[in-house]
Amino acid sequence: MIELKDVRKSFGSLEVLKGVSLTVQKGEVLSVIGGSGSGKSTMLMCINGLEPIQGGQILVDGTDVHARGTDLNKLRQKIGIVFQQWNAFPHLTVLENVMLAPRKVLGKSKREAEEIAVRQLTHVGLGEKLKVYPSKLSGGQQQRMAIARALAMQPDYMLFDEVTSALDPQLVGEVLDTLKMLSEEGMTMILVTHEIRFARDVSDRVAFFHKGLIHEIGTPEQVIGNPQKPETIEFLKSVL
Amino acid sequence: MLNYTFHWRPALNALPDMLSGALVSLQIAVLSMVIGVMFAVFLALGRQSSNKLFYGVSTAWVELARNTPALFQVYMTYFGLGSFGIQLDSYVALLAGIAFNNAGYLAETFRGGLRAIPHTQTRAARSLGMSAPQAFRLIVLPQMFRIVFYPMSNQMVWALLMTSLGVTVGLNTDLTGVTQDLNVRTFRTFEYFALAAVIYYLLAKFITLSSRLFAWRLFRY
Repeated sequence: MIELKDVRKSFGSLEVLKGVSLTVQKGEVLSVIGGSGSGKSTMLMCINGLEPIQGGQILVDGTDVHARGTDLNKLRQKIGIVFQQWNAFPHLTVLENVMLAPRKVLGKSKREAEEIAVRQLTHVGLGEKLKVYPSKLSGGQQQRMAIARALAMQPDYMLFDEVTSALDPQLVGEVLDTLKMLSEEGMTMILVTHEIRFARDVSDRVAFFHKGLIHEIGTPEQVIGNPQKPETIEFLKSVL
Repeated sequence: MLNYTFHWRPALNALPDMLSGALVSLQIAVLSMVIGVMFAVFLALGRQSSNKLFYGVSTAWVELARNTPALFQVYMTYFGLGSFGIQLDSYVALLAGIAFNNAGYLAETFRGGLRAIPHTQTRAARSLGMSAPQAFRLIVLPQMFRIVFYPMSNQMVWALLMTSLGVTVGLNTDLTGVTQDLNVRTFRTFEYFALAAVIYYLLAKFITLSSRLFAWRLFRY
């Protein structure tokens, strides 16, 4: 379970999260929608401790992420994250990209790590690209590789930060299909996205972010189908 | 009018001696690079460090290495340390001097290389649970070495040429040292040093070409 309690986060004098509270249960898919700069992506960085917070608390399975003495490297092993810019490691082949963390972080043997990597890459449809360098892949393929790389750590949670935003329109579908597959397999996911229709399709709940606060949260039918707040209505009108 | 008769035969007879000297020069160049590269990585980090001592020592090193003559640096490791009672032998002093110089120059090259790698690479590595040193060693360093590879091979050529300074601290086993010994015995300065120059030239070319071959084999991506 991921719990956010009144989380506050600032970059200098700019407050990006102004007291966000949220709970994500095991097996749940939560989509986070909202305008640019509303704090959605920042929230994900805070959840796995890539960004410090200035107030409140974030608990992952009861562990306080930002407490002194929390082993972040350990914690991050169970929280996978995929970024908008896929961040493939360019000097490693697709297979090596995915094998690296299981080997060096989890201490798996080469054979074990390779087995995991091949399985995950096949799973996201890249079984034919194992020996290729990322520069030879399309954006959609690189993004799926990044997903496989995160999955290879066998995380309990997956965070997706606008993973289709940097892709050409014709490549968006293949990545969304991969996300959908994961949600059907019961992966706990927080999905920051601009794909409203997709969010409606796969989510158990949707949260609408505006100016650092959650304005509405509920089932997709409620938040997207029948929004109550004027900010939500306006936002949905502008993107749908 | 040219009033000098060339005598190439004695020079050519000395070729085997000079070639074994060349091997010593190459050895010093390679070792000085290995040591220099290792120190340069730390210096490059030190130049970006917020730790005042680490930053200060690194900056002083880089400034000295880049802004004083290499000859001065080799003198300091031999005569300079000698006056404090640390008497290195000629070979070690020369090696230390060149390694010091290499590290200083390479540190700045490496610093530039590190800046060219997007911060998001480190973030992606950390998000997979890697520690900061792991992310640096496994993700950042390999990419940096590709960026700085050609400047590095330049420095290697430069290191080879700097080994000729060994003669000033009494080294007589490297190419210049061997040549100088032959010269003082025969005074056939032009012939011996011309031959030495050809050997230096070929060695330098060899380094450039083999580094290209290395790069081709190493950087497939």
